[in-house]
Amino acid sequence: MSSTHQDPATAPPDTESRGSSGSGLRQLAGVARTRLQSIGGPLGGLVVMVIAMSFLSEFFFTQRNLTNLISQISDYGILAAGAALVILIGGIDLSVAANMALTMMFTAWLYRVHEIPFGLALVAGLLLGAFVGLVNGLLATYGRVQPFVATLATMSACTGLALYITQGSTINNFPSWFGNLTSADVLGIPLQGLLLVAIFLVLGFWLRYRPGGRALYAIGGNEEVARLSGLPVRQAKTMVYVIAGALAAVAGWINISRLDSAQPTAGANYLLIVIAVVVIGGASLAGGVGSMGGAFVGLLIIGVLNNGLALLGINPNLQAVVIGVVILAAVLTDRAGIKKRA
Amino acid sequence: MAVDDPAPVSSRSDSRALACTDLVKSYAGVTVLKSVSLSVAAGEVLGLIGENGAGKSTLSSILAGIVIPDSGSMTLDGEAYRPHSPHDALERGVALIHQEIRMVPALSVAENIFLGRLPTSGGRVDTARMNREAAAALEVLGIDLDPRRPVRGLSMATQQGIEIAKAISRKPRYVIFDEPSASLTAHETDKVLGRIEVLRSQGVGVVYISHRLEEVREVAQQIVCLRDGRLVQAWQSGRVPQDDLVRAMVGRDFTFEHHAPEPARDRVVLEVRGLARADAFEGVSFSVGEGEILGIAGLVGAGRTEVVRAIAGVDRFDRGEVLVDGEVVSLKRPTDAIAAGIVMVPEDRKGQGLLLGRSSAENICTPWEKSLGRRGLVTRSKIARIAAKSRTEFDIRGSLDIPSVGLSGGNQQKVLLAKWLVRTPKVLILDEPTRGVDVGAKMAIYEIVRRLAASGVAVVVVSSELEEVLGLSHRVLVMSGGRQRDVLDRAQADSETVMQLAVPQASS
Repeated sequence: MSSTHQDPATAPPDTESRGSSGSGLRQLAGVARTRLQSIGGPLGGLVVMVIAMSFLSEFFFTQRNLTNLISQISDYGILAAGAALVILIGGIDLSVAANMALTMMFTAWLYRVHEIPFGLALVAGLLLGAFVGLVNGLLATYGRVQPFVATLATMSACTGLALYITQGSTINNFPSWFGNLTSADVLGIPLQGLLLVAIFLVLGFWLRYRPGGRALYAIGGNEEVARLSGLPVRQAKTMVYVIAGALAAVAGWINISRLDSAQPTAGANYLLIVIAVVVIGGASLAGGVGSMGGAFVGLLIIGVLNNGLALLGINPNLQAVVIGVVILAAVLTDRAGIKKRA
Repeated sequence: MAVDDPAPVSSRSDSRALACTDLVKSYAGVTVLKSVSLSVAAGEVLGLIGENGAGKSTLSSILAGIVIPDSGSMTLDGEAYRPHSPHDALERGVALIHQEIRMVPALSVAENIFLGRLPTSGGRVDTARMNREAAAALEVLGIDLDPRRPVRGLSMATQQGIEIAKAISRKPRYVIFDEPSASLTAHETDKVLGRIEVLRSQGVGVVYISHRLEEVREVAQQIVCLRDGRLVQAWQSGRVPQDDLVRAMVGRDFTFEHHAPEPARDRVVLEVRGLARADAFEGVSFSVGEGEILGIAGLVGAGRTEVVRAIAGVDRFDRGEVLVDGEVVSLKRPTDAIAAGIVMVPEDRKGQGLLLGRSSAENICTPWEKSLGRRGLVTRSKIARIAAKSRTEFDIRGSLDIPSVGLSGGNQQKVLLAKWLVRTPKVLILDEPTRGVDVGAKMAIYEIVRRLAASGVAVVVVSSELEEVLGLSHRVLVMSGGRQRDVLDRAQADSETVMQLAVPQASS
């Protein structure tokens, strides 16, 4: 793996400024190059992995399998998008997966037990997810509770409530239009895959071009500098947790649609996968470093690994070991790259 | 020059002494210690005075083995003494008590005293012995304290006492106190001075470094003064008139440049009325006119930074009000101050000023992004354009596109200035604007400040360097112990007058 990982913001000046006299195409190439440089290490790893898998398994590089892969990663991918923001500001959200399960059960319960129109129940789930995020955010900022502890508490509460709502049982059979959404596709790409990409694009755009998103880098880099620069540190942090919570509910929608069922234990193993995705994507748990592009590459790496190793018939228990190795490899090469630049 | 017979003290042949001869130390081409010789005998207190940056801390660090001198020699009770680490110095019997108190709050008093060398018996920590010996060390100093209780919650003075006990428990022959009273109240300081007297009476040699001349006069048997890394004067007695000490610290040959033109004072931009915060500062009232530079002088801990941070909306204040252009400004957070046209360049470049991992160009734009872009979008080219303008305006050398950690201190400081001057403010507050920058950058920064003032900005400069305050300011506000002592016009503001006001009064 080449390790030219750089914080996108500190990458060399791209050709946007120089290229004003050049063609639009060259400008575009310049922009693309900067984007690639920022996530070079993980991206190189992903390319190597895809090529290797294509040789190792004839099924890997088929449209059917790739479609399948995108469907597999879309729910925890959306969780990871929120987690990437939380980790960027130097926080952590342990409650995302539990929050997802809770919003699923809440939506299903409103629909089944209280016979609320399903569309409305979905929106209620979204609001609940955002509310849990708000609680996390307020605890971590105004409440001055360490985010690890605050979200540990809400994780526990969400897990318990998700089970309590139906006494642990599953709710099945939702309107068929909703189930059809996750089997629909546009030009061969499943709808939930498009949603996933759209979320990453919107958040990536926000982080790069909008003052509110860019402020997250400053906040994660040094909160005091950010505060003295007049940035609304606490509001921004709270909002990030709210976004993460709302995205947990969105991931829950996909889960309900795909399985036509809401289980209180859904996403039980997602928390660590989500953190792994963000870390492999080049983010630092200390905050201030990372990008949505990086997180997306991290997501694809995890997706390709899970999918590829399954295709190769490798024992699922060993897959977790491989993911552990990949996390270490990503972090160590990243550090080597930083040293070389310094 | 005020260099009357430098360092006669070092000629002493008494073998029971810690002595150094011709110590030289430079950092990155700047000589901070220039051939300093002195000696402190066992059972004697040597007072070491000098302005900020005179070389006192470097000297004490060398004596304690933290810093290795470039040249020069030291002897300890007649033997060659060349400590290569603080541990080594302690083994030889030289202990340094830092300005900052370094305790682990959760551990007990005794554990703090024996940190890193807990007495053991049979592989287990010998708690009984540890507590006994800690109690003995505390008793010597007259500190009535249970060694088993945690340090958390103890007053600064008591913690300072524990630091001293920690040093004593190692049975040192020489103890160096580096401004032990900086964070203590007058009453607490008396206790520390009493403890130093106890040490002295037991035959320990003490080097006592302090800004507070009253204390030095009270406790020392001889006093030496450093200025600009040189030992400029020495007295064989503690009973030296305070005026003499101040004169030696400041230097008679001191001249300051009057560059700034007299401003049109008829329009007041910033007015501060009776600003106060409990335990920090009180009774601060001043005004700064259009195009005027107001200097705030005072010693470390005088409350200067606290005052300007309050004016910049960074910290709260309890009483008083701040007016800009005659209107009261509500200052709840930094944004409020920025909106009112008050910006502050903070003293700690690394901790408060810059995001060192981000490019300088982005650092410059950080506070302004909200109103930067077309349709609310912040593009790289926009940032590059603003950065390019800053580079020309402030003569920043080096790439603005690499993480700002890669720039020199002087250029980092210029980036920090540029960051706050993307928009011309009404009031510019500079807290230690030239800390840790080389002379060339210093001059450039002074030029920028004068230029801004000439264009009508009201400037407030806080600096520990007297020369800087006097050279830049139209008027000088002097603070001491959290109180505003006086506001001097340029004609009255000479270094001696300022120093006399800045030195805390013994009891008033």
